[in-house]
Amino acid sequence: MSSHRILSYSLAINEALHQTMAADPAVFLIGQGVKSPWYVGNTAQGLRERFGDERVIDTPVSENAMTGAAVGAALAGMRPVVVHPRMDFMFYAFDPIVNEAANWHYMNGGRLPVPVVFWGIINRGGEQAAQHSQALHGMFAHVPGLKVVMPASPYDAKGLMVAAIQDRNPVVFIDDRWLYRLEEPVPEEIYAVEIGRARIARVGADVTITASSFMVREALQAAELLAEEGVAAEVVDLRTIKPLDEAALLASVRKTGRLVVADGGWRSFGAAAEIAALAAERAFDSLRAPVVRVALPDCPAPASAVLEKAYYRTGEDIIRAVRGIL
Amino acid sequence: MKYRRELLKELYLRMLRIRLCEEAFVEPILTGEVRCPCHLYSGEEGVAVGVCAALTERDYVFGNHRSHGHYLAKGGSLPEMVAEIYCRENGCSRGRGGSMHLIAPEAGMLGAAPIVAGTVSLALGAALASAIRRDGRVAVSFFGDGATGEGALHESMNFAALRKLPIIFACENNYYATHMPVRECRVDRHIFEIATPFGIESRQVEGNDVLAVYDAATAAVEKCRQGAGPVFLEFLTYRYRGHVGPDDNIQGEHTDIRPPEEIDAWMKKDPLALLGDYLLAQGLFSPGELDGIRTEVEAEVREAFIFARASAHPKTEELERYVFA
Ligand SMILES: Cc1ncc(C[n+]2csc(CCOP(=O)(O)OP(=O)(O)O)c2C)c(N)n1
Ligand SMILES: [Mg+2]
Repeated sequence: MSSHRILSYSLAINEALHQTMAADPAVFLIGQGVKSPWYVGNTAQGLRERFGDERVIDTPVSENAMTGAAVGAALAGMRPVVVHPRMDFMFYAFDPIVNEAANWHYMNGGRLPVPVVFWGIINRGGEQAAQHSQALHGMFAHVPGLKVVMPASPYDAKGLMVAAIQDRNPVVFIDDRWLYRLEEPVPEEIYAVEIGRARIARVGADVTITASSFMVREALQAAELLAEEGVAAEVVDLRTIKPLDEAALLASVRKTGRLVVADGGWRSFGAAAEIAALAAERAFDSLRAPVVRVALPDCPAPASAVLEKAYYRTGEDIIRAVRGIL
Repeated sequence: MKYRRELLKELYLRMLRIRLCEEAFVEPILTGEVRCPCHLYSGEEGVAVGVCAALTERDYVFGNHRSHGHYLAKGGSLPEMVAEIYCRENGCSRGRGGSMHLIAPEAGMLGAAPIVAGTVSLALGAALASAIRRDGRVAVSFFGDGATGEGALHESMNFAALRKLPIIFACENNYYATHMPVRECRVDRHIFEIATPFGIESRQVEGNDVLAVYDAATAAVEKCRQGAGPVFLEFLTYRYRGHVGPDDNIQGEHTDIRPPEEIDAWMKKDPLALLGDYLLAQGLFSPGELDGIRTEVEAEVREAFIFARASAHPKTEELERYVFA
């Protein structure tokens, strides 16, 4: 029955929006391109027709004010989802996200929650260069008061969007255009995937590979090939970057004694560095080899396809990293 | 005669260079030879060429995502631009930037970037530098109607007015910001009026009439040089091609929302045809002379594409070159 229904990653997000908006009149969607396939692919399809343009709001190019408006509406009792069709455009919105939303609950002594979703889409490759390629989860995860989720699968895309909308805190929901056509069975009913819980995407005893979002696909492919060499890699799909599922992560590292951290962000001072630090602090005794990061070089995204190929990390890089510590 | 013959020839030639170059990208984009996203400038040539003709090479310009025209009009090298769009090491940004990051510091083109309104405050800073040094340079910020939604533009206008900075806010109103008609982005008022509350002189100009653009820009540059800047100019114009690429076409689905009658009406006000007709009607140039210019430009464009295709790709071991100066 319902659990066999196949859905793509992007339509899973779409279904989450349909179901949460139908369930709760406080939920609304605001951002550039929600009425057009230009930006958000089919993630917003049918919403405007169904819920009207009072709750599905396409906007001028005004990221700072639109994001601030979402935060303010959340303070006033709504549950806004503000979409940025490309994460790179969120820099204009850093003030309402970081200074205001993330701090509001704490600096006002818990008087008002800020139930807002900041939805940012990673859209990279295709020679789009430095300002149209960035994955900024590490920056957001650095900020106290923000939760950051990054689904790698259609099931999680739906469940984490639902959870993000239902959460009483500001949640940064980050999806990746490279995953939009990925398909798998997705339950038809509404469900939430708990924020803060990782998933063991593949069980193995020799090495732990952690990944999120698109890098989970690469990690799984790497694990598949490593298995042919007799190496059993365990793949931990983080699903939530913050709060990190430390227990799941540490349990896996303690079991395997080896850790490769695959991340789609820059290498230094980012999500990969945080996970490596956690292993060093809390699983030092179990480590039988140095922790290795497979992440982007500390370099802006280049335009040239030849350079892009050298820039983005793939399963091959993960395999090389694993071989290096076995 | 109000305009020097040399100037008229230059205006015609520069517009034609942009047009022929842009149109030469259509085929390579469709075949996939060019992968880098290109926001073609066809139809809007009058604005960049008219404005830049009023500048000297010491003056500064900054562009946005649709800046092939700004770069060429300011005197950037054609072969280096084509090579950049092919993402080659010989390109003006060494293949690191592509179509949306064109730069020619030697010609006063300090760069272009696709973050909407992202370069407006940079042009403000160039004007500030000129004011501090009192060197008489003028800075031009090219941006679209879409950029009027961003706070950074308004902050920049206020500060420019406060300090009487030598900056021209050059708004290219082509009536659309991607899929959004301007009327869905702002209440129906003239864009140039947004500068008025800041005490900035502003006007609306027919952007497809390169001579009108040139006149307005010349007056604005003069004001700026006298320390009576800034000036805001709204240029009415229209793009012939898709927002990005030759056609608004997403995964095989035609998504151009612009009415065909509207497109036709603008095609009748083609900036090149307008100037060409004027030159012939005034007897300033013969049809043969205009054909001669065309032949010359066609050859230039052909050469530029040959240069680009023959240029090497950046070396992967030099991926991280240029991260720091
Ligand atoms: C900060 C930011 N937000 C959104 C975008 C996506 N975007 C690219 S071009 C564009 C519209 C630009 O319209 P306009 O300024 O009128 O320039 P035109 O394309 O019409 O020349 C938008 C919204 C962006 N590049 N940067
Ligand atoms: Mg426009």
